[in-house]
Amino acid sequence: MNGNLRTNRAPLLTIYSAMVFAFIYLPIVVLILYSFNRDGVGGFPPRDFTFDWYRQLFADGPIWDSVRNSLTVAASSVALSLTLGLLAALALDRADFPGKTLFRRLVLLPLILPGIITGLSLLMFAVTVGAQLSLFTVFLGHGTALISVATTELFAGLQKMDRTQEEASLDLGATPWQTFWRVTLPNLKLSLIAAGLLIFTLSMDEIAVTFFLIGRDNTLPLEIWGRLRRGITPEINAVSTLIFAVSVGLIVIWYRVRTRSLGADARELLETR
Amino acid sequence: MSSAGANSLHPAHASPATLLEVRGVSKSFGPRDVLKGISLNIASGEFLTLLGESGSGKTTLLRLIAGFEQPTAGEIWMGGERLDTLPPYKRRVNTVFQNYALFPHLSVRDNVAYGLRVKKTPVNEISGRVEEALRMVKMEEFANSRPSKLSGGQQQRVALARALINRPQLLLLDEPLSALDANLRKQMQGELKSLQRELGITFLFVTHDQEEAMALSDRIALLRDGALEQVASAREIYAHPATAYTAQFIGQTNLLRGEVRNGMATCGALQWPTQDPAGTATFSLRPEVIRLASDAAASPGTARFRATLQQQFYSGASELLEVKCENGQLLRVRISARGPLSGEHEFVFSIADAMRVHE
Amino acid sequence: MYSRAYKTFVSLPPLLWIGLFLLLPYALMFAHSFWALRDGNLVHHWNVDNYSTLFSKPVYAGVFLRTLRIAASVTVCSLLLGYPLAYYLSFHSGARKELLYQLVIVPLWVSYLVRGYAWKTILGTDGVLNGFLQYLHLTHEPVSFFLYSPFAVVLMLTHIYTPFVFLPIYAALEHIPRPLVEASQDLGAGSAQTFFRVILPLSLPGLVAGATFAFVLSLGDFLAPLLVGGASSTMISNVVQSLFGAAYDWPLGAAISVCILIVILSMLFLTERLEKRWSFK
Repeated sequence: MNGNLRTNRAPLLTIYSAMVFAFIYLPIVVLILYSFNRDGVGGFPPRDFTFDWYRQLFADGPIWDSVRNSLTVAASSVALSLTLGLLAALALDRADFPGKTLFRRLVLLPLILPGIITGLSLLMFAVTVGAQLSLFTVFLGHGTALISVATTELFAGLQKMDRTQEEASLDLGATPWQTFWRVTLPNLKLSLIAAGLLIFTLSMDEIAVTFFLIGRDNTLPLEIWGRLRRGITPEINAVSTLIFAVSVGLIVIWYRVRTRSLGADARELLETR
Repeated sequence: MSSAGANSLHPAHASPATLLEVRGVSKSFGPRDVLKGISLNIASGEFLTLLGESGSGKTTLLRLIAGFEQPTAGEIWMGGERLDTLPPYKRRVNTVFQNYALFPHLSVRDNVAYGLRVKKTPVNEISGRVEEALRMVKMEEFANSRPSKLSGGQQQRVALARALINRPQLLLLDEPLSALDANLRKQMQGELKSLQRELGITFLFVTHDQEEAMALSDRIALLRDGALEQVASAREIYAHPATAYTAQFIGQTNLLRGEVRNGMATCGALQWPTQDPAGTATFSLRPEVIRLASDAAASPGTARFRATLQQQFYSGASELLEVKCENGQLLRVRISARGPLSGEHEFVFSIADAMRVHE
Repeated sequence: MYSRAYKTFVSLPPLLWIGLFLLLPYALMFAHSFWALRDGNLVHHWNVDNYSTLFSKPVYAGVFLRTLRIAASVTVCSLLLGYPLAYYLSFHSGARKELLYQLVIVPLWVSYLVRGYAWKTILGTDGVLNGFLQYLHLTHEPVSFFLYSPFAVVLMLTHIYTPFVFLPIYAALEHIPRPLVEASQDLGAGSAQTFFRVILPLSLPGLVAGATFAFVLSLGDFLAPLLVGGASSTMISNVVQSLFGAAYDWPLGAAISVCILIVILSMLFLTERLEKRWSFK
């Protein structure tokens, strides 16, 4: 049964929605288009297709250094956030401790508060303890701020999990430690992947917190930012297009993982519709 | 030693000794007292059913024995050693869960082998035992399937194999058949019973279905609101229910409430001589012990009454009659099938069949 | 089922980490707002001077009001774009619903900077938009107010936050049982009436959630003004940023941050209440 109002034609709404879609995608399309434009950014219409800007991009050392830095920070942040996020999710799901509600809200703060506040707070902290600003401080900032992404996703995964499986495992002779590795973790596989992808993407794109914790080595967004201050070049279009392409790839993967984790219930639901 | 030495699932020589002792166990969840001082002994090799309504505490008792909860008071002993202080993975007890709890990320084979793997059983021994366990529940051809591909009945067999392969001293079954449809349920009941007989492992079975309990068990422990109402064999419990609750819960009955005075029991329209002490009394009279007077020859030790037919329910081999006495008292009578009846009839029953029960 | 040791093992590390790397820094920020500068050096002299400065000097109030205006505009525009889109997807998109949903999600994952930069290249005097208008002979010289104006900031942020607003609204709309819509129609209400009497009220929690998101995040945004806003669009976070940068007045900057924090937390508290009020279970 399809509760769709399809029979009720709504031409105005359709056109409006198409326009909204266009609004969302137009800037990106323009960006990609002009990355191949010989005359650079701006003006209309674009002509003289060229790969020059990409050639320039690939020869650009500092950009790739910053890419490497970003990847390092992102990968480490994923590891840190997932580990602490997993523990936090388990704690929220299974333990009762004083300040539990406060903890839950506190963990969410970096996501709702403007990045500048979290970034400045961490900067103050770093300065107070006398830490040197570097990629390491950036990593600590990302890892900490993104814990709640992992916690939320993994907590949802735990709730969906059949609790009796862990009981069955203990019943069959496995210790809690064995149960965690053999039963709990495999059940969370999809949640871990989804959370990991999200954290990775957010870290790669992070600017606000990074802005205040960066040392000598730049991450990719800050490298681009620095160049923007000096002036616009289509090389930036080129790197932006590449970033876009990678993002699309990641989100396709993430979506596949997400819909698989919905499992049989969702499929059943879709079938009965 | 057991005669079938090659079959590794057969236990040591079965004895009638007590395997499990539940000593004064109570369990409370906050203000709620779910179990109130339960004491029960389970004999080695027996099929004991914990019977009761939902909320009676039967699943809680099972979970206490399995180790997923701790008793608030009391102790549990098994094989002469303290059980309730051990974590679940150290107990020689295995559970078949109500929802089977099969591991979805493992194949049937890996599910069944799980208990052996976590105890680091040598690999070559594992495969042999897994094959044997699967054969026992007739699931060999599904060894490589995933649980999600199996039907309810098939999943249940796998859950059974997974538990039994560990050679537990006690197998706990938490309403394992409640999710199955009627026919499959009957079939599985038969398979469970024969499996238990063959293996000689002690089964502790939980259900709310009294017919199932009677069909399968050596003994039934009826739980009511956290306390044991009666513990006896199925036949004993049916024929001699201790309380009105038991009489009504197991099988059908007519509860006759009245008094005993001057050697006569009077319950509304029914009256019969009795040796019972005087006072208010409740009797349980099963529908099938009441006959039509026209069917039975007159004999001593019987009582009679007249009643008018209100409703008649045909069920193939028998009829269930709902009859009303002159004073308005309603009774149920079960007689052999004979076609539609009507009007007033005389009924007769053996006085010995009127069981005195406590309220 | 879980032992004391297990529960302690899972709770302690995250608690300690969050306490050290989140609670402490925020507390430090809070403390700084009550300290002072003397000869360019931080002194731990407890006072409320920073706050009185904020409330007495009109320049701060001015920036803050502008920030509120921009955030409000972004929220309204995002809702105007996001809600109809969500409604279309939920009720009128048929077989293409899944695909369209994915298409709306994609931009969310594309770098904020990339999208901001795109607008920069489009709106400038030498940008694509001006080039396009001149190509069509609609204008004869570049229009300057597209870029480096509050208009540009609102435009860019609306672009960023429309998908954000879309998500919770879409989720709420999807949750509305279709039989309710059919019942409404069965009782004689047309599409418009059904929308205003049934669908809109039931989607309110999602709407509130999305709007809050857009408002709160726009409020604290400091990158958009730097990218496309120019001097006339300085927002409150830019003030904070400059106080931590060249001006090196940490206490004042911290005080403003605390004010922003309080405003945001109050908003969140309020909208959480509203969401609960307006959710019918």
